[in-house]
Amino acid sequence: MFFILITGLLLGGTYALIAMGLNLQYGVARIMNLANGEMLVAGGFAAFWVYTAGQVSPIAALLVVAPVAFVVNWAIYRIMLRPLVKRAKSRGALEVDSILATFGLSFALVGIMTWFFGGGYFNYSYLTGRVDIFASSYAQNRVVAFTIASLLAAALWIWLSYTRAGLRMRAVAVSSDSARLVGIDVPAVSALAFGLGGAVTASGGALISMFFTLDASVGVLFTMKALIIVIMGGVGDIRGTIVAAMILGIAETFVARVIDPGLTLAAAYVLFLGVLLFRPQGLFGRTPT
Amino acid sequence: MKRRNLMMSVAAGAMLAVSMGAASAQDVIRMGAAAPKTGPLAGGADVTHWPAVRLWVHQVNEAGGLQLADGPAMIELIEYDDQTNPQQTIQAAQRMATQDQVDFMVAPYSTGLNLAAAPIFSQLGYPQITGSNVTNQQPELSAQFPGMFFVLGRTGVMAEDTAQVLVDLRDAGEIGDRVALVNVADAFGIEMAEISRDVLEENGFEIVYQTSYPLGTQDIAPIIDAARAAEPDAFIAWSYPADTFALTDQAIVQNFEPSVFFTAVATAFPSFQERFGDQAEGVMGMGGVNPDDPAFQEFAEAHMELTGQLPDYWASASTYATLEILGQAIEATGSKDREVVMAYLQDSSNEYETVLGPIQFNEMNDNERYWTVGQWQDGVFRGVAARGRDGASDVILKDGWD
Repeated sequence: MFFILITGLLLGGTYALIAMGLNLQYGVARIMNLANGEMLVAGGFAAFWVYTAGQVSPIAALLVVAPVAFVVNWAIYRIMLRPLVKRAKSRGALEVDSILATFGLSFALVGIMTWFFGGGYFNYSYLTGRVDIFASSYAQNRVVAFTIASLLAAALWIWLSYTRAGLRMRAVAVSSDSARLVGIDVPAVSALAFGLGGAVTASGGALISMFFTLDASVGVLFTMKALIIVIMGGVGDIRGTIVAAMILGIAETFVARVIDPGLTLAAAYVLFLGVLLFRPQGLFGRTPT
Repeated sequence: MKRRNLMMSVAAGAMLAVSMGAASAQDVIRMGAAAPKTGPLAGGADVTHWPAVRLWVHQVNEAGGLQLADGPAMIELIEYDDQTNPQQTIQAAQRMATQDQVDFMVAPYSTGLNLAAAPIFSQLGYPQITGSNVTNQQPELSAQFPGMFFVLGRTGVMAEDTAQVLVDLRDAGEIGDRVALVNVADAFGIEMAEISRDVLEENGFEIVYQTSYPLGTQDIAPIIDAARAAEPDAFIAWSYPADTFALTDQAIVQNFEPSVFFTAVATAFPSFQERFGDQAEGVMGMGGVNPDDPAFQEFAEAHMELTGQLPDYWASASTYATLEILGQAIEATGSKDREVVMAYLQDSSNEYETVLGPIQFNEMNDNERYWTVGQWQDGVFRGVAARGRDGASDVILKDGWD
């Protein structure tokens, strides 16, 4: 019983790491970033490279991975996505445009990573010792990833809720037109949100690379999971992503252990459909007026 | 003045072109290869397929090319990424045949892509010597596609031999009757699980835990927990690379220590040993080679020197062997005419000398001699079971993870 709960929470933490970045990018900057998974894998690759070349812990590597990812994503937004935002006549048009553009971006990123690192699998052993909780053993690296995910989520939530910059970001998430009317620099805030989302995703990638086997092409699986979580949790609210990630993690672990591991995907999508049917805006989303 | 200078430079250019043309009058054999460089199987192809293919081309060209009846011919290799998408494999084959006009094509990587490409290879008339293809459908396939050849083995045989390893251990009193069996939920995993379960049950084993999991499952902890709770003597997983690593990783974390631990694909990869170090000792997997065979050792050295990575201990050698076979067929007939070479390959009295040892195809274009089960012993993945190959090592029990 505890095994299911704790394993589920650990998995949920992993899922939260994958999805928080996408929530920022979609909720604030209104970009449905289908290259999210590739950014995650890029973060993982950076951590792998740093660990195998210099024996630097992936956690220490976050200090470099996060800022670099921020700058790269900020640049992607300003150069590639800003023109789409400017010419989009409506929010729906922007979503379609951004899906197409980021879809292409994901292929480009896969190509770049394959060229840089080759097509092979990457994994490494870090913090593979055991942590014993209630008579079951768990990998240290997963517990560490969960802890950092929690800290990251808490930090993000506090920043969004209690600082002026966070307030500006939440305003843009609610309505970018109204935000413009009250003097918020929407393009700058959107770019900031996109960059921040990318930094969070890449950091997530660096952390999960401790226990997942990655290769250049595996990003799409993570994008799909992140999409479910963001929409299930409600776009624009970070709490929704975290709660949805935890629910998904526990539900999947429960199904895998008690019913059949073959049904984990089905369980995830049933949950997703259920939320969409009864609360289409997501668990923490705003009811459309 | 200007016109004369122009005439001079044109004349010089023409002479240069003619002299270059004269120098490259040597024959060239164009070989096409379409295999994953991106997509789910890119990781496997990167270890097993591409380096072996490039090594063979490099070595042949270093030796002066293949000897045709009218002189040597160098190999020109044209590579395509099929993105692990069967449609792309087929389209690449068509492009290579019609646009690039290749003389021969390297067979695709993996069972699925080989099966998908079989009709187009047959239709275009190219021999398809497969080195990373494991299927039970040999008889039907060779009847339908007479140009398809099989080197790596048959599903049923691999599954039987794996079960037989357990039977032998049990009969020698080294392990008990309890087996946990898991498989990845795709054609490969399902087929293997069914066949191995039948053999085990026929021999009196009890399957105490059985489950399948979707391809790309990221959290494998519940499966190991359930398997451990069933207290098996042996754990068999018909798994793909990512799950192989994940299952082994979780088994270590959760202290799951059956006497036999078997994960199917990628156990034979050098990266398995790199990742798990001493803990890999005793883990069993599909395939294997005779690592003491000088032919394999030379192959591994050359592989490392050219590509910077070691070959795997299963299908790398087999992929390389398929090209050795093609090269020997071309040299034996002295021709790069596909029909002539095909007829030579289909003559089952011909034998080929390869890194795996001698290979001969039977009436169904099947090589009947191959390694089935291997085990990590002292940092080397040794073959412990085979059909028709010498040099099998004895099986050792897994003695915990620490």
